[in-house]
Amino acid sequence: MNVPTKNQPPLENTLIHPVSMNVEHLRADFPILKHSIHGKPMVYLDNAASSQMPQQVIDRLTHYQAHEHANIHRGVHTLSQNATIEYENARLKVMNFIGAKEAREIIFTRGTTEGINLVMHGYGRRFIGEGDEIIISAMEHHSNIVPWQMLCEEKKARLRIIPMNDAGELLLDEYAKLFNKNTKFVALTHVSNALGTINPVRGMIATAHQHGVPVLLDGAQAAPHIAVNIQDLDCDFYAFSSHKMCGPTGVGILYGKTPLLEKMQPYQGGGDMILNVTFERTTYNDIPHKFEAGTPAIAAGIGLGAAIDYLTAIGLDNIAAYEHALLEYATQAARNIPGLKIIGTAQHKAAVLSFILDGIHPHDIGTLLDQEGIAVRAGHHCAQPVMQRFGIPATARASFAFYNTFAEVDALIAGIHSVKKVFA
Amino acid sequence: MSDPRALYQEVILDHNKKPRNFGVLENANRHAEGHNPVCGDHITLHVKIDGEEVSGISFEGQSCAICKASASMMTGQVKGKTVAEAETLIQEFREMATGKLDVHAQPHHLGRLTVFAGVSELPSRVKCAILPWHTLHAAFKELDNTSTEKDF
Repeated sequence: MNVPTKNQPPLENTLIHPVSMNVEHLRADFPILKHSIHGKPMVYLDNAASSQMPQQVIDRLTHYQAHEHANIHRGVHTLSQNATIEYENARLKVMNFIGAKEAREIIFTRGTTEGINLVMHGYGRRFIGEGDEIIISAMEHHSNIVPWQMLCEEKKARLRIIPMNDAGELLLDEYAKLFNKNTKFVALTHVSNALGTINPVRGMIATAHQHGVPVLLDGAQAAPHIAVNIQDLDCDFYAFSSHKMCGPTGVGILYGKTPLLEKMQPYQGGGDMILNVTFERTTYNDIPHKFEAGTPAIAAGIGLGAAIDYLTAIGLDNIAAYEHALLEYATQAARNIPGLKIIGTAQHKAAVLSFILDGIHPHDIGTLLDQEGIAVRAGHHCAQPVMQRFGIPATARASFAFYNTFAEVDALIAGIHSVKKVFA
Repeated sequence: MSDPRALYQEVILDHNKKPRNFGVLENANRHAEGHNPVCGDHITLHVKIDGEEVSGISFEGQSCAICKASASMMTGQVKGKTVAEAETLIQEFREMATGKLDVHAQPHHLGRLTVFAGVSELPSRVKCAILPWHTLHAAFKELDNTSTEKDF
């Protein structure tokens, strides 16, 4: 196998004291982190939008394109067979990464959004009808709202919303009350991109299952930051994206339980998803291929495999502990800034710091921080209902990854002070 | 402009802090709403047109400093002008903000509005500066609603 291994041993001291993870060592793997923006060292704090890629993944992509590329699942020639093996090997890595039982439960998509749309189409349009109800939460990304709205409109079904408190935590009692005989599906984010909240999904899934209702989790913000075991969670579907976990754009993952995937209708028709085609009748391929019409993003899939190797070598528990320490440090410092309000103060949070400043619009914050070399997201974070819930047009959001440092948090805090000075 | 921070200069910050012609305008006969879906800028313009003249104008809404200052200065500039003169300003402002008009080299009527020239170097913020002007154009055309999305 040609997958390059990480060029450094696992960090010795990480297991003893995760906060002392050798971040400088890891940062050296990321060429882009050496860049300057406006003459200042780049401080990349927009990881919830997309993460950066280590050299190991870049090398894997280059190696594939230079030496291994051919179409997969169809050639009898050596190159095609090897490309197929590498691509399917990436599927196995995903399977192990989230603790799935079988490789066929792993469907490659274009990203989280496509994964959710696939379930809406394949499961929702087949099994949800007039008068049925779908439960989502008040903190969903648009990608886990709009597909279900489209389904509700088409089928005359009804969307029910789990409310949240001012800290950005879902109200579990209200959630339990939403279930009735018409409830047919729950679609819920594992970690909120706008607030950072880590939802208590294990219990919420159990609640849904008591009513015989399947649950889809949007794992885009969870998979890169906390260890996910889908068998432990017992979720029915889990969708996430490669580009938020150090992999390439253009590939995502949808996990689904085998019995559900088997009874779903295909999402797109085309090559690769069929067993036999005549003009009278087509027999669909087995899962996962039934849902993978056309030539996929082969290089991106293999690159994702390399990203999983990279993250696994560091250890998701180490990553989670380190990022939590970063968040605590940033939260503490941000709280000391007069006029700053943190949006999203749940007890259990991923490393997302969403905030507003008195009298300063988040877009002005974003532009001025950029002048200091600091990249944050400013806007509604594709979660307009969250902004409406808090009565604000937008927030500025710093989102951390394991390659961020405490010094970068200091730079952010200094940057916020200089923004305030401009508007003073 | 080498340092886009220069955009956040005194005059813009001042208009952001103390916007002129902010609020509802009694007897306005044109209204238009503009919003920038990407960043959430949202303004409403109230315009009073007497014959050919823009005799009154005010704005309301929630927006970033660039948008609010642009709206504030716009109201000051177009009040008392004819609709045709205001349309010329709209055109010139758009060209300046998108980098098509070099205010130092080419003739124009923008006056103090040239403080916004630097926005052309901040592609993600061009829409913020232009939104009030789009909305004014919509008010003249009696369109209810405008969005900078349509033009990019």
